Amino acid sequence: MRRFRKHTWVWLLALGAVLTALGVARGEVMVVLTKAIRICWECVGIG
Amino acid sequence: MANKPRVRYRRLIQLVAAAAGNSYLTGFATGKLYQGDLKMLCTPGLNCYSCPGAVLSCPIGSLQAVIGSRAFSFSMYVFGLIVMFGALMGRAVCGFLCPFGLIQELLHKIPFPFKRNRFRGDKPLRRLKYLILVVFVFLMPMFLNNVAGNASPAFCKYVCPAGTLEAGVPLVYLTPAAPETPAGTPSSGLIVSALAPDLLSRPDTGALFAWKMGLMVAILLLSVINYRPFCKYVCPLGALYAMANPWSLYRLRFDPGKCIACGACARVCGMCVDPTQTANHAECVRCGDCVNICPTAALSLGVGDLKTEGAATGAVTRKEENA
Repeated sequence: MRRFRKHTWVWLLALGAVLTALGVARGEVMVVLTKAIRICWECVGIG
Repeated sequence: MANKPRVRYRRLIQLVAAAAGNSYLTGFATGKLYQGDLKMLCTPGLNCYSCPGAVLSCPIGSLQAVIGSRAFSFSMYVFGLIVMFGALMGRAVCGFLCPFGLIQELLHKIPFPFKRNRFRGDKPLRRLKYLILVVFVFLMPMFLNNVAGNASPAFCKYVCPAGTLEAGVPLVYLTPAAPETPAGTPSSGLIVSALAPDLLSRPDTGALFAWKMGLMVAILLLSVINYRPFCKYVCPLGALYAMANPWSLYRLRFDPGKCIACGACARVCGMCVDPTQTANHAECVRCGDCVNICPTAALSLGVGDLKTEGAATGAVTRKEENA
């Protein structure tokens, strides 16, 4: 158990990598890109 | 002491990270955003993607964009990236890579007679950022959809002062006003009107812009008095990294055998953490001030735990070890 706790970052890193890969596979990247390349008027406070 | 560990070059790293993340200089001249493929990636720190110079995406903005989109109800991609950044660095992202953290730190260097980091209510107020994370970043984009099935990025829209500072102010100056937007100078923006009359006299800057400007000015002024108030009380990205902080690879290491209990580390900490009690506290941004002030080199920043330290994983405190 202590060994597991000592290396929790490895498990977190693996979990993050898997989630990222799944997100890429289902096309979330394009949503991010589409939002980021246009001025977000809500973020600016005008929208 | 010859081999005393020191945290050097942090300010330089912060400046380089802020400059690199906002290196699209054409944007600052034209008001047009960078539209290259790099914007598929998220920056580790809070940096608005609508900043004219931004070359990467903001993780909190992107998370809300995907959650609020018609196609998805959660972003595995952005959340996965945040988990990876957190696993490697924890809140060292806040201390080294966040541009808005840098701005607050620089403002805190302004001399002021009533600087105050510790006050009654500080501890419960720190939980506010978790509430903001759940409500504004997850729930509101998830459930407040319009007829088309999309939702606004609620945190960016109603709260984020980084977006106002990095995107709102420059874009309002750089882009022509939309003439069809019916709005006028709101009465609620009196302070902002006094400080920046041009911004609120445009026809398309209404009550929302005045609210965001007021919030931004308040946080920037508060930064002079209090160390990183936005990071302590508001930032949802800091809340996410705080959860990973006790477990991350890059961590604060404490050697109790060298500690003389002088308390210098706890006194110097702007985030009000006592590293001898909890070396990898959720609030520690790993700025290294405690490492630099420690007279006996009992504290150090580095990868993994100290071999001599025994059970000094992030979640194990000295109190627990003594119990």
